[in-house]
Amino acid sequence: MHGDQERQKLFARRTVMLVGGKLALVSMLAGRMYYLQVVKAEQYKMLADENRISLRLLAPPRGRIIDRFGVPLADNKQNYRVMLVSEDTRGLGVDGALDLLDEIVPMSPGERRRVLKEVRRNRSFVPVTLRENLEWEEVARIEVNAPDLPGVMIDEGQSRFYPYGKNLAHVLGYVSAVSEREKTGDRLLELPGFRTGKSGIEKIHDLSLRGSGGSSEVEVNAYGRVIRELNRREGLPGAEVRMTIDVGLQQAATKRLAQEVSASAVVMDVHSGDVLAMVSHPSFDPNDFNRGLDVDDWNKLISNPAAPLSNKAIAGRYSPGSCFKMLVALTALERGVISPTGKVFCEGFMEFGDTKFHCWRRGGHGLMDVVDAIAQSCDVYFYEIARRVGIDRIAEMAVRFGLGDPTGLDLPGEKPGLMPTKAWKREARDQSWHQGETLLAGIGQGYVLVTPLQLAVMTARLVNGGFAVSPQLTKSVSTTGVHTVPERHEFPQIGVNSRNLAIIREAMVKVVNTPHGTAHRSAIDDPRYSMGGKTGTVQVRRITKAEREQGVLKNEDLPWKERDHALFVGFAPADNPRYAVSVVVEHGGGGSSVAAPIAHDLLLAAQRRGSARDVPIRQSGGAQAAADRPQGAGGDEAAATDSGVRALINEG
Amino acid sequence: MAVRDDALNPPSFTLRQKLWQMHWLFILLLAATASVGFAMLYSAAGGNLDPWASRQIVRFGVGMAVMITVALIDIRLWLKYAYVFYLGTVALLVAVEFMGVEGKGAQRWLDLGYVGLQPSELMKIALVLALARYFHGTSIEDVRRVTHLFVPIMLIAMPAALVLRQPDLGTALMLIITGAVIFFAAGVRIWKFVLVGIVAVGGAPIAWGFLRDYQKQRVLTFLNPESDPLGAGYHIIQSKIAFGSGGIFGKGFLQGTQSHLNFLPEMQTDFIFTMLAEEFGMVGGFALLGLYMVILIYGVAISVRCRTQFGRLIGIGVTATFFLYVFINMAMVMGLVPVVGVPLPLISYGGTAMLTLLFGFGLLMGVWIHRDVQVGRRGLADEV
Repeated sequence: MHGDQERQKLFARRTVMLVGGKLALVSMLAGRMYYLQVVKAEQYKMLADENRISLRLLAPPRGRIIDRFGVPLADNKQNYRVMLVSEDTRGLGVDGALDLLDEIVPMSPGERRRVLKEVRRNRSFVPVTLRENLEWEEVARIEVNAPDLPGVMIDEGQSRFYPYGKNLAHVLGYVSAVSEREKTGDRLLELPGFRTGKSGIEKIHDLSLRGSGGSSEVEVNAYGRVIRELNRREGLPGAEVRMTIDVGLQQAATKRLAQEVSASAVVMDVHSGDVLAMVSHPSFDPNDFNRGLDVDDWNKLISNPAAPLSNKAIAGRYSPGSCFKMLVALTALERGVISPTGKVFCEGFMEFGDTKFHCWRRGGHGLMDVVDAIAQSCDVYFYEIARRVGIDRIAEMAVRFGLGDPTGLDLPGEKPGLMPTKAWKREARDQSWHQGETLLAGIGQGYVLVTPLQLAVMTARLVNGGFAVSPQLTKSVSTTGVHTVPERHEFPQIGVNSRNLAIIREAMVKVVNTPHGTAHRSAIDDPRYSMGGKTGTVQVRRITKAEREQGVLKNEDLPWKERDHALFVGFAPADNPRYAVSVVVEHGGGGSSVAAPIAHDLLLAAQRRGSARDVPIRQSGGAQAAADRPQGAGGDEAAATDSGVRALINEG
Repeated sequence: MAVRDDALNPPSFTLRQKLWQMHWLFILLLAATASVGFAMLYSAAGGNLDPWASRQIVRFGVGMAVMITVALIDIRLWLKYAYVFYLGTVALLVAVEFMGVEGKGAQRWLDLGYVGLQPSELMKIALVLALARYFHGTSIEDVRRVTHLFVPIMLIAMPAALVLRQPDLGTALMLIITGAVIFFAAGVRIWKFVLVGIVAVGGAPIAWGFLRDYQKQRVLTFLNPESDPLGAGYHIIQSKIAFGSGGIFGKGFLQGTQSHLNFLPEMQTDFIFTMLAEEFGMVGGFALLGLYMVILIYGVAISVRCRTQFGRLIGIGVTATFFLYVFINMAMVMGLVPVVGVPLPLISYGGTAMLTLLFGFGLLMGVWIHRDVQVGRRGLADEV
């Protein structure tokens, strides 16, 4: 067939052209392959690595906090939590798995809603935390039932643990999840589950305690699922903070104060300023915060009139009452308005203008010199010398002894208190100063406000030879676990006559150790440990004239809120002071009957324990610290915390 | 007319004769290519036969059976029923319009209860058959007349328009290009192609208006993939990264990081060539390309060797379809053309394309078996 042959020839020609075209296209493909895989290979290899390698931050373990003898106060505890991976629940589904788990570890409906919400929010392979801080028994039960609980797994993490719980809540503070405000761009803070210090030492030393993050180079797929780890660089664990606290003393003090409704106390080293114990009662358990507090517990905490969340030792402001009298006397002596032997007659009251200022002893004390006046806390004597010396001079002296300004303690939340002057009143109240107010200030009432910490600092400065010691809670911060004995810090001289200081000290010793002294019943019998001090009883209500005539109501007859505050400041040993203490019992009643016995117990415990000793710490670790537990000061008995207290209570 | 030579041109071969005539080397080539696919699917599943490789092996087996069956059917029968087959497929396409099941944003599937049917795939074969039959019955002079091109243009345009409505740009283009190749091989004057080319370029802006948003997006993304690295451009960028990081010799079997870490989308279907290139490098890519070229050359050789225009045009149509699959897929994964969703023949996971191709190769095999059979204008030789 002619036509067909021609068609075949044409077809063959066209086919050759087509094949040529196809080959051209194929060489284009080959060229592209060459371009991508040879010319650009390096660039794409780099991109591929970036694609699959992701740098993950590793949270460093938070630094420990130890007491002055190395006992851990804040540590990291293995935290077992139960997690759910929704994609692994297989046929059960998330609900089914939760139902099964509920039989082993009960969950509240609220918790369940939270879990379901988080499951929905995350990709199906992301583990969602169901419950944290599982008991060992719960872990065991879940593990045993693991085959029936697909998608449920136990995960180990670290959580902050405070072995002494309530004892140190106010001092140590607590940690919790990073708030938006805190985020500074540090990627560590973006880590889920990362915690920062929110108050106390945890807050002050947060940066040191945090440490620095390590990193882990992991291979991930396009969904971010980790396939394997390629490289790991460990971070630096947080530094260890060694506190000045002696936790044994702290425990004893906490236990002692717990006998009262609301109280606070500070024990410090008069030379170094080391705060050995700082207690504010009632307290709370910071471990509860870690576990998550339910609404009821929280409401109980914030509605408690005794304010368990507040650290009253630094934030409670009280009139110092008679505890202020030493400073008034010292001012008068320094200014020469009265000689050490100069006397004032107390007939039970003093008339000033048309007001009658009463002494606490209705019948009066008779003739009083400065030592007697302090020992017996004669109010009239102090009305008189305060009137003579004036408020501004008293205030100037009080500031030199640490009142009216924050002491600079390394703890957030310290209140400055108030030391009034004429200028202050004009500025703050737009009123002129009345002389009667000077009289009130003379016995530590009126505008004067101090914190228990300030009272302790004042006492320390009165008895340490005239040095302006400042309190501190941090002994050292170490990244190696080695804490050496720091060199003694030299504090500046206050610049008062040491003879006058000796008179004040003598008077304070007499408060406790003479039959007429207001705190005579709280004397320490063991002469090695004898103490000095000053009581204070602060009225929190106005006593009307009518009431005074009918007889002042006894504290026991008043509602708690209207009872007097009981105060005591003290030091020991009496002849060579090392420890200063301040005790404030809110609405506790009389300083001599309530506060002085507490001071007695604390000073005795501190001396027996040798709380102020300095020991080097070579290695971190609880075992080492336990071996290094303080011995009795005389070396005659090992003062374990509880027995120490019992011993001294028996003695008192 | 022609001299009857019963020895060479019997009314029908016996089954044994036909099987003997089968182009077994060609079948071997297909099997080799498919085996590459099995290996890649094994790798895509992270070194597992499941879920892809095992099923693909079964599909290939079924496909081979279909291919041999098609090859054994007398080529004159195909000629006789070419238009019927074509019209039936067009009817199916219309049916898709009304009863189709949506898949990936386009209506392409007919749900036949137990099996999904994709008429647009079937159309690739039906169109080749219909055009081959038309040009088989047209003399060389007729082909050169414009008037005689009206019917074949309609043959192409009708299904192309229907497929475009689904909308499936990739398949529509494949239909048009396959048709054009058959026109070209049939002897349509070259200046007409040039003219159509010019008109097409001129009409492109108008056609742009008819494109769906996602199609426009694909073209735009193709032109500048980095403009949307996490969205539509993601596929192309990730594919190029996987490709390029493979280098000359590749990362090794099962070692492709990009594909195994799921950066590569659809690695078992459209982007399987990327995975192959990542694991076996340029050497592996060239090898596969070479394998495809050998199949192509055999296809062309079979076509040219055939004594009838019908067989020749079927052969060239089938090889053109095959080539288009290869080219569009490879060019797509290497970022040369927009992502249009065309699988890599014999390798990508999926049954429909595999069946289409093996059906087509069955016809090609039939052309080979019946290469010397006289075929009349309407079908069987004795009607000539």
